[in-house]
Amino acid sequence: MSLRQLTVAETGVQAEKLRQGPTALGFWIYLMTDLILFASLFATYIVLLHGTYGGPSGKDIFDMPFVLAETIILLTSSFVCGLTMIALRKANKQLVLVGLGVTFALGAAFLALELYEFTNLVIDGHSWQASAYLSAFFTLVGTHGAHIAVGLLWILVIAWQVFRRGFTKGVVRRLTSFSLFWHFLDLVWIFIFTIVYLMGVI
Amino acid sequence: MNELINFVFGRLSLDYLPKDIITQVTVVVITVLGIAAVVAMFKFKLWKWVWKNWITSLDAKKIGVMYLIVAGIMLIRGVADALMIRAQQVLGSGGSGGEFISSDTFQQVFSAHGTIMIFFVAMGLMFGLINLVLPLMLGARDVAFPFLNSVSFWLFTMGMILVNMSLIVGGFSIGGWLGYPPLTELAYSPGPGVDYWIWALQIAGIGSLLSGINFLVTILKHRAPGMTMMKMPIFAWSVLVMVLLVIFAFPILTATLGMLGLDRLMGMHFFTSDFGGNPMMYINLIWAWGHPEVYILVLPAFGIFSEIVATYSRKKLFGYKTMVVALFAITFLSFTVWLHHFFTMGSGANVNAFFGITTMIIAIPTGVKIFNWLFTMYRGRISFKSPMLWFLAFVITFTIGGVTGVLLAVPGIDFQVHNSLFLVAHFHNVIIGGVVFGYLAAITYWFPKIFGFKLNERFGRYAAYCWTIGFMVAFLPLYALGFMGATRRLDHYDASTGWQVLFVVAGIGVLIIALGIFFQILQLVVSIWQRKKNLDLTGDPWNGRTLEWSVPSPAPFYNFAVTPVVTSRDPFWEEKQRLKISGEKSAKPEYKDIYLPKDSGMGIIIAGFGFLVCFGLIWHMWWLAVVGLIGAIVCIIIKTGDDDNEYKITAAEIELLDISNRRKKAAL
Repeated sequence: MSLRQLTVAETGVQAEKLRQGPTALGFWIYLMTDLILFASLFATYIVLLHGTYGGPSGKDIFDMPFVLAETIILLTSSFVCGLTMIALRKANKQLVLVGLGVTFALGAAFLALELYEFTNLVIDGHSWQASAYLSAFFTLVGTHGAHIAVGLLWILVIAWQVFRRGFTKGVVRRLTSFSLFWHFLDLVWIFIFTIVYLMGVI
Repeated sequence: MNELINFVFGRLSLDYLPKDIITQVTVVVITVLGIAAVVAMFKFKLWKWVWKNWITSLDAKKIGVMYLIVAGIMLIRGVADALMIRAQQVLGSGGSGGEFISSDTFQQVFSAHGTIMIFFVAMGLMFGLINLVLPLMLGARDVAFPFLNSVSFWLFTMGMILVNMSLIVGGFSIGGWLGYPPLTELAYSPGPGVDYWIWALQIAGIGSLLSGINFLVTILKHRAPGMTMMKMPIFAWSVLVMVLLVIFAFPILTATLGMLGLDRLMGMHFFTSDFGGNPMMYINLIWAWGHPEVYILVLPAFGIFSEIVATYSRKKLFGYKTMVVALFAITFLSFTVWLHHFFTMGSGANVNAFFGITTMIIAIPTGVKIFNWLFTMYRGRISFKSPMLWFLAFVITFTIGGVTGVLLAVPGIDFQVHNSLFLVAHFHNVIIGGVVFGYLAAITYWFPKIFGFKLNERFGRYAAYCWTIGFMVAFLPLYALGFMGATRRLDHYDASTGWQVLFVVAGIGVLIIALGIFFQILQLVVSIWQRKKNLDLTGDPWNGRTLEWSVPSPAPFYNFAVTPVVTSRDPFWEEKQRLKISGEKSAKPEYKDIYLPKDSGMGIIIAGFGFLVCFGLIWHMWWLAVVGLIGAIVCIIIKTGDDDNEYKITAAEIELLDISNRRKKAAL
């Protein structure tokens, strides 16, 4: 029953209806719980700001132009994800697939840059074992990175489903949830950029 | 060769098998019983039936029953731990010099007792009862996300298995139920015990979090037509505020355990005593979860008593609106009191005063509820069935616990009795008196709805008496001991303290509680034996008020043949009164097609992979953790791709089923 392809008009209606449905509400609540998880990590990070144990603090290790580049890439991927959702309303399969592809590429680039930053820190002897401050830094930023990785995997799965099945009710629902997830990660990154990096170098 | 063994088994080796005789005997008995059970299941060809009807079931009522079974078994384990603690404390007086269990085992036992009782008994009973009753009460077909519900249950069960597995190999944490660092850090607890604790709680906690989301959406989106928020039964309100607490608090637990785990696995320094780590941060975080957690446990019990008192007093609940307001007040306040668990940390007088006052304020909404229940009974036509006995025991016990709680909220007094047995007496007073009595009452109350027959009333009364008297004998002496200076988690003390007598009395109390549990097992056996005599054919054995009593007992798998329409707070009661006065028969309903979720074995499979991840992390078998992670992800992907997950029961089939149910009832 639910495996039926939706028509163009139905896809738009479905996308709108899903925003009111139980799955969207449940997913929103899940996102809020994730936000509290990040809040706990932020709180710990702030408490451990001075736990550098003679090692470097944020000021000594952050490369702001690099982080700005990361930020712009992630924000752009979020923007493209938004465009993809507009394409979904129009039930334009090709555009949705292209949009997902670009979102994936930008997300992967962001993750690669983050891993590059982490690797360099470890090579310089500033690993997570060096001090409580660095433990908190790696965990907070790394948890966000892990979420991005999950998101990337999700894009692959959902793109495959769009490719194979087109827009069924379930596919539209999962695409809607994915876009919420991706924007949410963007939001968390804004906080990381502000609290960890910007306030770190001041 | 050695490297290969290290790779495959991590740090797992035969050295980790239990060394003391009591654990060895327990392990042997458990193993033999386990093997016997498995063989018996093969012999009687039960596996297929269990798999088809229970393990893969997405029916909330069946999941609820499975929760109750797990929690019931864990209750017995927890009480056995309690008996061992008391036995050691009786024998641990310096003069007599006896030693029942070693200090190391003693520490593991009290850690396991606390962890099991909170996470696997209280939480298990709570989620079990909610699964059983909530959808029926709301007039819903099922919970909002039936598959997620199955995943939650199996994650919970995997956590339970991990805790108990520590008994067989590796030993358990010695860090108490909250695992304070730096004791639980690698430097002081290098073994796998703390890891068992972390990952068992992590996996069970994620299950609880998913349940919380599930029930919140169920309440907000799946109420019967006409049931506005202010027409919901109070039990549903209590579940609503409970899941709000779960949603706000459990992510903190996940983060905190995660950080402690990273400290231990990756050599991080969040909570270590050097490298800039801050153990007090852990204690703040864990209580920011831990205090709401105790309200998570007790609020649904409040809801249960609200239903029970109204039903057995044959009156509508007194002060419905104040009940709701009080629930929300407690919910909000519960996030503002966590520091009272460590006044002695030294935050200064002003901070301590703030948290002392917020703690005392919680007594006000709680008092409101107690008065509401008493006023509900006032001029009611009360029948003192065993759920009402549990309620009376609760009012007395919980009030004593509340009063001692207010005492502890005074920072000055707290400095005196901090971490003493006074505290132990206090929280058992509220948790046993509030939570356990509440859920035991609920099991008696809703048992016929689930199984179709009533529990034996006589043994139920015996159990209630034993629990109540046993509780008083076991815990009132601890108040005295606390004042005399006995600290908690104490396994040896000097004979000159004169504490032994009181410990003996307390030990006798635990035995009386154990007798109560014996009566409950007897009650269950006798009730099953005589089930034909106690069949509930009406579906409404207690003259109930809410929707769950409007369906036959046991509740059919589709819950309601026709979705009920609600116009008042006690919909079933009002309908009965209306029919009684007007004398008309209830009209023949208009049946519609019903969609139900298809059964799925993915729940246990995903949770099983989660178990492998945890086991791999505990024993440093990294390959196993990776296999588990990949397996879980692949299964989740497969499951999300499966959109064909509902089946239809046609209106005609429902009509057939429902008419046969109605005939049975009409024949009475």
